[in-house]
Amino acid sequence: MGRTLSLTLEIWRQKGPNDAGKLERYPMENVPDEASFLEMLDILNERLVSEGKEPVTFEHDCREGICGSCGFMINGQAHGPKKGTTVCQLHMRTFESGQTLVLEPWRAKAFPVVKDLMVDRRSFDRIQAAGGYNSVNCGNAPDANAMPVGRDQALAAFDAATCIGCGACVASCKNASASLFTGAKIGHLAMLPQGEPERLRRAVRMVEQMDAEGFGACSNTLECEAACPKEISVRWIQLMNRDFLKGSMANDLTAGTTDSD
Amino acid sequence: MTLESRCPTGPIETRWTRHKGALKLIGPINRKKYDVIVIGSGLAGASAAATLAEQGYKVKVFCFHDSPRRAHSVAAQGGINAAKNYQNDGDSVFRLFYDTVKGGDFRARESNVHRLAEVSANIIDQAVAQGVPFAREYGGTLANRTFGGVLVSRTFYARGQTGQQLLLGAYASLMRQVDLGKVTLFPYRDMLELVIEGGAARGIVCRDLLTGKLEVHTGHTVLMCTGGYSNVFYLSTNAMKSNVTATWRAHRQGAFFANPCYTQIHPTCIPEHGDWQSKLTLMSESLRNSGRVWVPKKAGDNRPPNQIPDDERDYYLERRYPTFGNMVPRDVASRNAKYVCDEGRGVGATGRAVYLDFRDAIRNEGRASVEGRYGNLFDMYANITGEDPYEVPMRIYPAPHYTMGGLWVDYNLMSNLPGLFVLGEANFSDHGSNRLGASALMQGLADGYFIAPYTVPDYLATAKPAPLSPDAPVCKEAVARVKQRIDGMMAIGGKRSPDSFHRDLGLLMLDKVGMSRTAEGLRETIERVRGMRKEFWEDLRIVGSAESANAELEKALRIADFMEFAELMARDALAREESCGGHFREEYQTEDGEALRVDATQQHVSAWEFTGTDSEPVLHKEPLEFEYVKPSTRSYK
Repeated sequence: MGRTLSLTLEIWRQKGPNDAGKLERYPMENVPDEASFLEMLDILNERLVSEGKEPVTFEHDCREGICGSCGFMINGQAHGPKKGTTVCQLHMRTFESGQTLVLEPWRAKAFPVVKDLMVDRRSFDRIQAAGGYNSVNCGNAPDANAMPVGRDQALAAFDAATCIGCGACVASCKNASASLFTGAKIGHLAMLPQGEPERLRRAVRMVEQMDAEGFGACSNTLECEAACPKEISVRWIQLMNRDFLKGSMANDLTAGTTDSD
Repeated sequence: MTLESRCPTGPIETRWTRHKGALKLIGPINRKKYDVIVIGSGLAGASAAATLAEQGYKVKVFCFHDSPRRAHSVAAQGGINAAKNYQNDGDSVFRLFYDTVKGGDFRARESNVHRLAEVSANIIDQAVAQGVPFAREYGGTLANRTFGGVLVSRTFYARGQTGQQLLLGAYASLMRQVDLGKVTLFPYRDMLELVIEGGAARGIVCRDLLTGKLEVHTGHTVLMCTGGYSNVFYLSTNAMKSNVTATWRAHRQGAFFANPCYTQIHPTCIPEHGDWQSKLTLMSESLRNSGRVWVPKKAGDNRPPNQIPDDERDYYLERRYPTFGNMVPRDVASRNAKYVCDEGRGVGATGRAVYLDFRDAIRNEGRASVEGRYGNLFDMYANITGEDPYEVPMRIYPAPHYTMGGLWVDYNLMSNLPGLFVLGEANFSDHGSNRLGASALMQGLADGYFIAPYTVPDYLATAKPAPLSPDAPVCKEAVARVKQRIDGMMAIGGKRSPDSFHRDLGLLMLDKVGMSRTAEGLRETIERVRGMRKEFWEDLRIVGSAESANAELEKALRIADFMEFAELMARDALAREESCGGHFREEYQTEDGEALRVDATQQHVSAWEFTGTDSEPVLHKEPLEFEYVKPSTRSYK
């Protein structure tokens, strides 16, 4: 077995959406350094339950860094100090004994706090529903090899598509902008010929929905890229902005055209 | 009662086509009159919901996450099979069918498996059209890799994220239907009860996980797409919240549970290393394409792996199975890892691990090539263990991963309860007693995109279910049952957390109902599970209120169902007097320790009928017939 750590946790406790909330202090002894950060919180919660106190609520599920459920701020950093890592894949060996760690929920108008470290991110689904798809009914598809897609192009699409929708980009942005999330979604489909027919329309609709949800604007601080557990590049924001602009102009040209025959 | 599988007969190549041709349809203008309830939003649920909504039905989708995109399908790494034969290496629908029937150790229906192989190719077409960024060759065509138990390259993949990419494809189609107003999403909902009216499934009771409010939703049919039950073992590769509750609640309402003892213990997982551990992490089986599995020849040899010379290493899979080598099917690889560890030749701090070594692959193909194929998996391993797999071999050990058992369904994927359809891992249908790698994604999407969208309308057109009011007595009774269960749980006021019970149950199940089982151990398990259940209902402590978000209550409700389900699993393993696929009974093995199937008495599906929490269930048997792939001893030597 490895070493153990002594830590002080300061955790945001908030009973519900309308509660004011405050930081509470929890000393932690004998934390195994092989444990993941969430397993360390499991140990705390087991202790709280045994004391008859309410355990800390936090979102989690796969604990493999792919479902995007988990995420909170550790000392002001989304998902903690380790690059390219969700908090479920962050291990206690990253920390030193004696450290104080402040845990807070994602802070953004479009992510209201549900309880403690848990926030409501359904605004992301609404952005996705605003055109974040290829309009293809099941049964319509031609043979998968009918349309070649260059290897590099497919890899670029994949890089954008690795977004797990965790919200770290929003949480780390001083404007609480969802530009990296939305840019990645737009970029993924924009890289593929299958996404081409709806490319500009999609960009315009998704950006408009992002704004409607109350996310802030992008001011190019690039904190989002630094915090992203999948290390998604801010270049997708550039693509989003270009496509949005082109789409907005195209909208002017096609205004008034209808489907009727 | 006899189980009507409704499998077509005649030439197998045309069974599905002929069956489809005979299914009834509902005209486009009438489809919007039908409400379809879909529980679960993984590959099976999202694909079925999107496709039925595209056809014009009104669909409601329920999931316990904030977003449908988080379902555990997202975690599948390696790939998805399809009989495309793009590599021109002899693949065909028949060969995929053959491999799957054989891989499942002759415990699946031929008709179902052939249909799965037939529709597999269309799944890839659909996914590509949605924008799934599969790996490609420089010329722009799709790339393939090889998985265990087969001799062709038919697996499509998107780096180590095939599950997430396929789910994002299905989710995108689902969100398009949300956009079009055809699908209503109900996130943050746990389904806790099935509503039955006139013998048919007509609705659900769910708990709003944010407010604790109980809700009734009624529809003309219910599709259960709620995944598997590996978390009965506590430590598994499943997500923390994956559970048996939806299918178990349906079982209690009369749906038969089939082959619950068929579980898959995946051979390549990161070994356990502490009692606070919350889950096990899987490393894709594709690693076995390049990695070589070995342990020291001598028991207790604790030299660092790189100091053990080749002639003192036992590459036991290559030695015992020269044809398939490291690419034997999962059950065979897992069981052999257990054997060598039982012999004291396991490695690492706990002695419950074997090496998966990339030294030779790096030497032969170069580090860049290995990095290109497995880079993200190597990073994941390094991050979790703190060791560099480019320098030292990985340590791996089997972990519960997938469950082939599930609710019994007929060829139309409908359970014995009319109107209740079961899709994906939640049903028992296609994998027999062992699932081949890269076949879970295929089955979930086959069920959702290409099977249920034909068979569900046939049910609606034939049974003509009338609308059911959420105020109907059956709905109120169902809500009352749930409320009683929750109130009972909150009122116990004991000392132990839900997790502590779950951990105890998992240890017992892994020990006695895991990779190797005996009649004695199974009988003991039934008794001990009953004891645990009693203790659970006497000493459980749930802090907080049932009228708000309460993760402890959510866990307790799931564990209560696992505690009942575990007993059925042990009973099924006891009743299955043979070894087949992932089910290994020590009493049934050949002289050299291979599984001994007993076709004369065990060639059937075991479907269990619920009779009461503490009374013995009734076993119904559906005989299996093999016309095209004659049962033989599975040999991978």
